[in-house]
Amino acid sequence: MQADVFFFWILAPLLVVSAFAVIVAKNPVHSVLFLILSFVCAAGLFLLMGAEFLAMILVVVYVGAVAVLFLFVVMLLDVDFTRMRQGFVQYLPQGLLIALVVAIELIYVVSGLGPSQRAAAAATPEGMLSNTAALGEVLYTRYFYFFQAAGMILLTAMIGAIVLTLHHKPGVKRQDVGAQVARNPETAVEVRKVASRAGI
Amino acid sequence: MGIGLANYLTLAAIVFTIGIAGIILNHKNIIIILMSVELILLAVNINLIAFSTYSGDLTGQAFALFILTVAAAEAAIGLAILVAYYRNRGSIAVEDINSLKG
Repeated sequence: MQADVFFFWILAPLLVVSAFAVIVAKNPVHSVLFLILSFVCAAGLFLLMGAEFLAMILVVVYVGAVAVLFLFVVMLLDVDFTRMRQGFVQYLPQGLLIALVVAIELIYVVSGLGPSQRAAAAATPEGMLSNTAALGEVLYTRYFYFFQAAGMILLTAMIGAIVLTLHHKPGVKRQDVGAQVARNPETAVEVRKVASRAGI
Repeated sequence: MGIGLANYLTLAAIVFTIGIAGIILNHKNIIIILMSVELILLAVNINLIAFSTYSGDLTGQAFALFILTVAAAEAAIGLAILVAYYRNRGSIAVEDINSLKG
């Protein structure tokens, strides 16, 4: 048995099971942890397909940032999650029916492909650039404007998230550097004539 | 038998379906809905990378990278809106979010 077949049949069922656990877990924290597991499995599958750079990006960005963001939000919000599970059983038949129809349609389309047993990792042939370098060659030339647009999207998302969540509490004293620097002797010092033996 | 394109596409179809079922079943919990959207985008990425690998063209991987970017931005903005909404209303139940009467 080849190694890629072996690892595919380990990672693919694990991905399906953990993705299923994401949507049926009672505790949202468990959902987030299963989401992390499914991202790690998907990263392994990306490696099997020869997309090494995207596999690493998936682990760094998703497991390292997005999943931890989800975990923070789930743990910081004091929400009654049991109330939100009402209607789960009620919608179970319709949900499963729609899911089954979509799955059968998609798999029917895929099964019409027939066997196309090309060697995996065909995107990075032997003796050529590594996957990362080849992706950079494509990304920085042909898709340069898309790359810039992606950067702008990330900048917008960052500014938007900060603006949405930042709020100043009233009544908190803060240091105002501009006001401190703008002080001069006229505004900072008050000169008074004090009569002898009579305080102010 | 080796692992072909059809295996990866079937896997992506199953994960996509699980994401759709998650949105329908957890229609009251917006956090699980956001996680289901992430699963759907992951399935799309598996599709793109499978096609990219089996056609020997890196364009699919470049677009998978863009989808990862947009998905990360979407998750950040969505969770920020969620936190802001929770701070204002004290609840994130989907049926309570009806101020716009949509």
